[in-house]
Amino acid sequence: MKIEVLGTGCAKCITLENVVKQAIAKSGKFVQLEKVDDIMKIMEYQVVSTPGLVIDGKVVSTGKVLSVDEVLAYING
Amino acid sequence: MWQNSVDYLTYDLFHLEGHLGEAINFFIYDTVKIWFLLLTIIFAVSFLRTWFNTEYVRAHLQGKPALYGHAAAAAFGIITPFCSCSAIPLFLGFIQARIPLGVTFSYLISAPMNNEIAIAMLFGLFGWKVTAIYIGFGLLVAIIGGWVIGRLNLDKEILMDVKPIETQLQANLVKQSFKERSKEAWDYTFDIFKKIYLYVLVGVGVGAWIHGYIPTDFIAQYTGEGNPFAVIIAVIMGIPMYSNAAGVMPLVEVLTGKGMLLGTALSFMMAVTALSLPEALILKKIISLKLIGIFFAIVGSGIIAIGYLFNFIL
Repeated sequence: MKIEVLGTGCAKCITLENVVKQAIAKSGKFVQLEKVDDIMKIMEYQVVSTPGLVIDGKVVSTGKVLSVDEVLAYING
Repeated sequence: MWQNSVDYLTYDLFHLEGHLGEAINFFIYDTVKIWFLLLTIIFAVSFLRTWFNTEYVRAHLQGKPALYGHAAAAAFGIITPFCSCSAIPLFLGFIQARIPLGVTFSYLISAPMNNEIAIAMLFGLFGWKVTAIYIGFGLLVAIIGGWVIGRLNLDKEILMDVKPIETQLQANLVKQSFKERSKEAWDYTFDIFKKIYLYVLVGVGVGAWIHGYIPTDFIAQYTGEGNPFAVIIAVIMGIPMYSNAAGVMPLVEVLTGKGMLLGTALSFMMAVTALSLPEALILKKIISLKLIGIFFAIVGSGIIAIGYLFNFIL
């Protein structure tokens, strides 16, 4: 599984990245995490409000910071 | 009712009198009232906005006729969240969907000006009439400002080469359960409240001090009819105060009570929210200084015109 956090360095983007790290640790699964800050790549995902969360190439959330449990549900789901 | 309780607390229970009593009474009354309204209004706005996200707005505006585009972009500015930190993906994303530059600016002017904090503060301090005037004229500035920018053919001032998408985007409302929406709205409200409650406290505190101690003549002389340049000075002063709407607006309320003209107050508050230096610095990465200058000049003169118009009518 691969999770990408889309964001150009805003405070919320950093928060979301930390949330995702905690969720991955909690899940105990092997998950590849990548922070995407290249604006052109972010636009390829059709995301216009950061932070965005992408799981295995699919955008699951934009413009908000999710809770650890919400991200965990995506990892397990 | 709330005023009676605060009166009882300050005058009967603690026997405070004179300037001090008046200042403390005002402080307690205003702080609690504004906190309550902030929580209620931000919750209402953020609950409503769980249906719309910026991706929805973009898809909705794609390929629409120009006039409708300006009006809809300005209106969406009220209900969608805006953070100057996400101005770049928003701006480029709109251009990518071939939304005209002018329509994009209508949104960029309206979104920060009609944010939920400003609306809640205005409602709490000035009542619904001034709030409606503020929103109405805010939309007008956004629509006309965006239209003028669109007419100036400034597309070459965008510094990044954006490859347009050919397909029609799907405008999907966000699907969530009622419970999820309430939770999200409450989390957001609490988050915002944590960030601004202190500003409200300080703003109302300084306001209370002015209310109790500074004579009316003094304020009227500098911000009232005695100073014909008050509107222009107010707008220039408003530019560096971005994101402190919560702290600045209580001061403005006290000043209007003491003789500051309402038009001057409106212009000042619009400048605080709409003309933001941090946002300009972020946009500088993707659009030329010339376009930023034109953007500020058009919005600034619109706001100044509103101020003078109001001072003249009222």
